[in-house]
Amino acid sequence: MNELSLYILDLAQNSVAAKATRIRISIEIDLDKDLIRVFIEDNGCGMDEAFLKRVVSPFSTTRKTRKVGLGIPMIKQLCEMCEGEFGIESTVGVGTKLSLTFTRSHVDLPPMGAIEDTIVSLINGSPEDIEFEFSYRYGEGLFEFSTQEVRQVLSGVPLNTPDVLIWIRGYLEEGIAEAESSITN
Amino acid sequence: MKSIADLEKIRNKTLSQVNLRRESDGTRIVVGMATCGIAAGARPVMNAFVEEVGKRNLLDVVVAQTGCIGMCRYEPIVDVIKPGQDKVTYVKVTPEMVARIVAEHVVNGQPVVEYTIGAAE
Repeated sequence: MNELSLYILDLAQNSVAAKATRIRISIEIDLDKDLIRVFIEDNGCGMDEAFLKRVVSPFSTTRKTRKVGLGIPMIKQLCEMCEGEFGIESTVGVGTKLSLTFTRSHVDLPPMGAIEDTIVSLINGSPEDIEFEFSYRYGEGLFEFSTQEVRQVLSGVPLNTPDVLIWIRGYLEEGIAEAESSITN
Repeated sequence: MKSIADLEKIRNKTLSQVNLRRESDGTRIVVGMATCGIAAGARPVMNAFVEEVGKRNLLDVVVAQTGCIGMCRYEPIVDVIKPGQDKVTYVKVTPEMVARIVAEHVVNGQPVVEYTIGAAE
C-alpha cells in the first residue's frame, strides 16, 4: 500500500467487523521527536489472549472463506521497517487498541495520503450506528471531528448520503490543512 | 470553507427526498474494500462513485462496500446490481472509469462491456 492512510482504512475495518459502536482514530505528528503515532481504538468484541498472540501471523484470520489475513502482519512489518513499534491490546467484551509508531523521516515510510478519504470510506462502508471519532495533531495544531456532532445537525438524514459524505470529506481536508498550517509561522 | 450551515442546507434538501430514496428499489454499486482491494486502489474508486452519484443526484443508487471475494488479481472489483437484471462485475476499475460506468450503465442501463470481467478474461 502506498499511503499510510490506506493501512489505517484497512485496520479500522477490523473494528467494524468486531461489531464496535465507537471507533477512535488518532494521528499525532510529533515534529520534535520525528515520530508519527497512530492509535485505532474500538469498543468491539475484542480478542482472547490465545488469538491475540497469533494475530500478527499472516495465517490468522476470523474469516471462514480463506486461511490468510494480511492487514495486521503488513502494518507490523511497516512499523518495524520504519524504526517504530507495533502494539496491540485487547480484552474480550471491552475492545481493542492498536498503537503504531513510525520514524517520520524514515525512507521506507509511505506518505500519509488522503486521510479524509479513509474516514469517508469508513463512514460509508459501516453500519449507520457506528460513531467515528478522529483527531489529528500536527505539532501544536489540533483538529478533531466526530460523526456524533454531524449526526446532531443532520437530524435523521443518514451519514452515507452522498452530499453529506462529500461535505465531511471537504470539512476534514480543511481541518487537517488548518492544523498543519498553525506550525509554519 | 465548509460550514455547519452548509450541512444544514444538505439536511433540509435531503429530508425532502429521503422518502424517495428509501421507498425505491434501486441500483446497488458494490466496491470490494478488503486488504487486496484497498492495496489495488479501491478507495479512490469508491469515493469517485460517491461523488458521481452525489453530483447527478441519483436518489435510488446506493454505493456499498464488501470484502474480498477471492479474485484479488482483478481488484479493484465493482459490482453493479440493477433490480431485475443480472449482476455486472467490473474489474481493475480506476477512478477515470467511474463516470462512464455511472452514465452508461447505472443511468442508461447499458453495461460498459469492455470494463467487465468477461472482457478481461
